[in-house]
Amino acid sequence: MRMQLSRKMKINEAKEYVAGKLGVTLEELCDVVTMSEVREEKGLGLAHVEPNAEANIGMEAKFRIAELLDIKINSVERFKERAGIK
Amino acid sequence: MGEKTYFTRMGDGSIVHMTEQEIREDMKAGMADAVMRGKIPALTDEEFEHLYGIITMPGIVVGVEPGMQIVTTSDSGSDKINTKCGIPTDRAVNAMIHERILGCDSVDIGFSDYNYKTVKGVAKREATVLKHALNRTTLPLFYGAMPNLGFYTKPDGPVENWAVLLPEGKINEALAAQEEAVEHAVRDIVYVAEQMNDVGADGINLDTSGAAGDADFLVSLLATERIRERFPDLHVEIGMAGEFVLGMHGRLKYDDVRLAGLYPHKQVKLAEKAGASIFGPVVNTNCNMTFPWNIARVCTFIKACTEVAEIPIHANAGMGVCGVPMCENLPVDIVTRVDKALVEIGKIDGL
Repeated sequence: MRMQLSRKMKINEAKEYVAGKLGVTLEELCDVVTMSEVREEKGLGLAHVEPNAEANIGMEAKFRIAELLDIKINSVERFKERAGIK
Repeated sequence: MGEKTYFTRMGDGSIVHMTEQEIREDMKAGMADAVMRGKIPALTDEEFEHLYGIITMPGIVVGVEPGMQIVTTSDSGSDKINTKCGIPTDRAVNAMIHERILGCDSVDIGFSDYNYKTVKGVAKREATVLKHALNRTTLPLFYGAMPNLGFYTKPDGPVENWAVLLPEGKINEALAAQEEAVEHAVRDIVYVAEQMNDVGADGINLDTSGAAGDADFLVSLLATERIRERFPDLHVEIGMAGEFVLGMHGRLKYDDVRLAGLYPHKQVKLAEKAGASIFGPVVNTNCNMTFPWNIARVCTFIKACTEVAEIPIHANAGMGVCGVPMCENLPVDIVTRVDKALVEIGKIDGL
């Protein structure tokens, strides 16, 4: 979704790009079990947030997604400005 | 023993049972209608057979092959829990529900009166809701509303009502009123976009574009152009109101192309030119025709659109569009067949 927005990639190109960045196959990219593990390992945000202290949700996950996919995320940029870290 | 029949539905959602021959005849007629109206190619024999298989496939819920999954955007997504279901939740909470319970790939925050003219007056407060949601979710968040050009006419709006002027024979005055309304609407949308950009929105959703005709579609194209110029990190999705642009004005052009009468495969080229990231085509569902007629027609139009598109295509597949029946509680047997057909034959990038 983010690659469609920021780079106007069609679905197959976007999937290949993200799969390459994550080091997974296209089949794994669409698999909930594999992707839950990958997302947890890389801190990219999950649908479940337990145990909460170790969960990355919301802004902290978006920081990592922007870096991993090499894209700008508008809310991350605004957060950096407001937090004085940019 | 009678001839075998298949469970399917009419465009209004009512149940109908059809034989193989009846289904094939309706599919051919629906496809031919799209070819004639859009001046586009028919489905190939292979695609036609694949679509017949989807229509008659056993089971209530059908799906795509593993790995063929696509992504979703919405219109007034976060507000539907409140307005459609009557559940009094905060829209920032609704965004989290869409992310963590419904499994959506994105959602838009929108006002219950879903149009930019209304939102203009409360845009900074709407941005507050969006900011709360952006801080607590991971999925991309849009701010969404309709250009809704009709709202700019008197007595509620600033310009004369062209729908009143036209029957009175005041043609030039009706054209001028629409042109003036375009300027107001574009200015309002860009103002709202600025407030949303200030809190970090991922995108602006210009939903139901063209609802008031060619001037309404022109608003979306011009607003997209200006948003992309001023806020390069704020992306735009243009979703359409109907399958072709009504010529309420008739002479309006964008990039030297007359807008009236354009079908999705031509609309998308203008959306690209304006700078949109995602285009949402519509094909109207005909309530009086069967699902086989509607979905063959839909796939013919959508395939023609995705074949020429250089940006992602998110087909509008809600109530009354793209083969989904025109009823409030949507039957999953038809909705999943629509989705599968749009992905596998229409080659869409999202819904």
